[in-house]
Amino acid sequence: MTIMKSNKTLKTVLALSLMASVLTSCSSDDNAPEAVDEEEVITTMKIALVGEGGETASLQSQDLDGDGPNPPVITVDNLSANTTYTGSIEVLNETETPAEDITVEVKEESDEHQFFFTVSGSITSTSYGDTDEDGNPLGLSFTLLTGDAGEGTLQITLRHEPTKPNDGSLVDAGGETDIAQTFTVTVE
Amino acid sequence: MKYYLYVFAIFCSSVIYAQDCNSILLGEIVDFHDNSPLSDATITITGKNISTVSKENGKFNFKNLCDGVLELEISHPECTTKFVVVTVNGDTYSEIRLEHHLEELEEVKVVGNVPKNTNSGQENALSQKDLERNSGNSLGDALKKISGVSTLNTGGNIVKPVIQGLNGSRILILNNNVRMQDMEWGEEHAPNVDVNANQNISVIKGAAAIEYGGDAIGGVIVLEPLPVIRTDSLFGKTQLNLFSNGRGGNITSSITKSFDSGLYIKAQGSYKRLGDLEAPDYLLSNTGIKESGFSLNIGKRDFVQGWEGYYSYFNSEIGILRASHIGNIDDLILSINNQTPSIVNDFTYNIVQPNQEVTHHLAKLNYYRRFEGFGKWTVQYDFQKNRRYEYDIRVGDDVDKASLDLQLTTHSVLSNLKFDAKQGLDIKAGVMGRFQSNFANPDTGVRRLIPDYDKYDFGLFAIGSYELNTDWTLDAGARYDFSRIDAKKFYRESRWEERGYNIDFADIVLEDLGTQLLTNPVFDYHNFSGTAGFHYEINDKDHLRFNYAFSQRAPNPSELFSDGLHHSAARIELGDLRIKSEASSKLSASLERNTSKWGYTLAPYLNSINDFILLEPTGVEFTIRGAFPVWSYRQTNAVLLGVDASVYNNWSSHIRTDHKFAWVKGTDKETDIPLINIPAANFTNSITYTNPKWNNFLVSLESQYVFEQTRYPLNIEVFSPQQQENVILDINTPPDAYHLLSLNTEASFTLKNTNDLTVGLSAANLLNTKYRDYLNRQRYFVDDMGRNISLRLIFNY
Repeated sequence: MTIMKSNKTLKTVLALSLMASVLTSCSSDDNAPEAVDEEEVITTMKIALVGEGGETASLQSQDLDGDGPNPPVITVDNLSANTTYTGSIEVLNETETPAEDITVEVKEESDEHQFFFTVSGSITSTSYGDTDEDGNPLGLSFTLLTGDAGEGTLQITLRHEPTKPNDGSLVDAGGETDIAQTFTVTVE
Repeated sequence: MKYYLYVFAIFCSSVIYAQDCNSILLGEIVDFHDNSPLSDATITITGKNISTVSKENGKFNFKNLCDGVLELEISHPECTTKFVVVTVNGDTYSEIRLEHHLEELEEVKVVGNVPKNTNSGQENALSQKDLERNSGNSLGDALKKISGVSTLNTGGNIVKPVIQGLNGSRILILNNNVRMQDMEWGEEHAPNVDVNANQNISVIKGAAAIEYGGDAIGGVIVLEPLPVIRTDSLFGKTQLNLFSNGRGGNITSSITKSFDSGLYIKAQGSYKRLGDLEAPDYLLSNTGIKESGFSLNIGKRDFVQGWEGYYSYFNSEIGILRASHIGNIDDLILSINNQTPSIVNDFTYNIVQPNQEVTHHLAKLNYYRRFEGFGKWTVQYDFQKNRRYEYDIRVGDDVDKASLDLQLTTHSVLSNLKFDAKQGLDIKAGVMGRFQSNFANPDTGVRRLIPDYDKYDFGLFAIGSYELNTDWTLDAGARYDFSRIDAKKFYRESRWEERGYNIDFADIVLEDLGTQLLTNPVFDYHNFSGTAGFHYEINDKDHLRFNYAFSQRAPNPSELFSDGLHHSAARIELGDLRIKSEASSKLSASLERNTSKWGYTLAPYLNSINDFILLEPTGVEFTIRGAFPVWSYRQTNAVLLGVDASVYNNWSSHIRTDHKFAWVKGTDKETDIPLINIPAANFTNSITYTNPKWNNFLVSLESQYVFEQTRYPLNIEVFSPQQQENVILDINTPPDAYHLLSLNTEASFTLKNTNDLTVGLSAANLLNTKYRDYLNRQRYFVDDMGRNISLRLIFNY
């Protein structure tokens, strides 16, 4: 009797192990996984500058491999000395075709974003040209002043969820960095 | 006191020998710890319905027995049931050692714990009291009680155990005889187990227990339920813990019904909820936890055969410190220099991004059968499903979308044979087959950190132990493991070339998608492991164990395939397809003395690991978001040298002190540079007063001193885009030494049955000391947890 019963249990166990092996062979498939195109990635920042006399210049940082090993490719035009430029910033995700315009998102969530500008050398100052929905600076539009001819740097940082309002410094603003790019420019 | 002793006679089937049924079995039951005789134990021979009681001197005897093999089952309401196999051959004497839990209740705990899984390895177990005190904590926190075990933390709730300096895939966790498959490769992936689900927890330091796996270079954590006593009973236990830090608590409850027939059913459930934790000076925003677990055991246990079905469910949702979510290297530099968190919000129980949610299902079925005069055969099938979501701070439509969504499914089949028919010689041999499949959901919109893969494992082992004489036991074992990983992984073309894979792995490219390549890496690993050692009982009190273990571990998916920005850590992690298995040779010894007055354990070890795989900061990469530190996996030859020591002394029947020390030194032999993330030396001292007459009153004060880690790899120099110059990234410098005090008090009361209610009050970090720990990944951002007062109520029924 007990032997018969144990045989039954044995059979159940064997059946289960068999089921397990069948299950395992079924769940392996050779389908290729779906590629992921990164969303919400910022690959490109384009800065268009228009001088008092209507002359234009652009600065661009483009990093198509995102967090891949290649550093961003930076292109800069020379600026004119002692000129006031009106600047505007465009942010894009160029991993998608057509490129996704992230500027729209920054505008929509303007209270959660802010551009910060740090200058040195022949670029003498910047000032904000727009505000968010609470009246705090945003920075998609700005004004830039150049001094005498020479080298200058313009560092542009886009922060997500900074403390708003803040004293204009990165330290006080906190938040997370979405873009941090420094342009070295020749002012002539 | 009542001990049940089941004696089974296995008759010699050969007709040549006539049954000689005039033999006498003389037995002696002694306390494992001090060899004192245990009286009043009831000993029964089932099937024969003969029972006896052990006398004052612990002795008992059975007369008129037939020659053959007997199994003795010993159990007690306050003792762990024990099975002993003895061979009766003429008049036979047998000494049986029991772990006497009654003594434990009265005198707290004896340091030297019962080794069960190995003879010669360094092994420690947690007592029931330790577990009760840690019922509201993680497994890692509970295991810290054991000298030589530390933790690798991501905040207070993500706690990975570290054994003698090693963690992650080098530690095997065996949950109710099922090897956990829960993505143990990540530094912020804690074991998905509820400490309350299993009441027997022990740690084997090193790879001596090769039965469970050949790759446990760090060690094995064995979690088992308490054995069920074969009698008609219904009992349960409920424990409630409340914590001041986190302003929450947990509740756990279990109920067991057993029958005379050996049938049993046990159900257990736990729920835990904590809000934001607090450091001494500020709140740690978004560090709450929500955890729930449930398990069910149904089985039937008999001498000849038995089976068990087990299912467990575990879900945890853990907040990741908001201030630890940073943008780039400048943010990291800022955080390290500031020494205060950038974001502190009001207290809340809500868990928001960044956070993680993990669900683990585990099911097993096993069956065993004994064969007369031969041994025991066991077969087991187990299934595990681990689902991990990691949420990051995202914008736009993706705010609530997970950044990482992995599903790991594992099926295993094990079968082994244990030959124990010959007294003094135990041989066990077995086979294992496993299939694992990982699916990385592409709907996250984030490139996969771990690719889709299928993994096949096959293992064979044989272990044996032989009692040379009453003083010497020898053990040895060998194991072979085959492992194949077959992955489908996308590489960015720029990364593919930067790593040089276009030269070494050109043949594994399946498809070129423009900026990405789809590749099919398939790697096979053949790993061998072996162990040998001895256990020498110098005398009643002193024991010496020595073990050598060789083990090999195949690289895990993270070490092979990591590639990209780990958002939660703000670092680029790079695996390497060229990584091969690492191999460890470990020598360990332990000298122990256990007496009722005092005792000690001294356990030195030397672990030499060839091709040791490590992850360390190696440089920086630039993106439009700024610069990020790069952490790369590499292989080197390493050596870990250390010692775990503990001493206890009973100054009187009421006062006892415990002292523990652990130290380990890890060195990269090729460069002669210290290894990263090696725990600092620590020294723990405690004094305990107990008085059984005052409701089992207990009060203890513990001092824990953690030294500063003075051996660490150099910091790296990086270019800070914000500062436009090279700066030192202070990423490796360990924090200062620290000293913490904790207080614990408890007493038991009688409601319906004797001492059925235990009430305990504890305070961890009593003085609210500000400190940071080297092995806490959030040490760059915040101080560790401040004072935590907890109340626990344990009710047995």
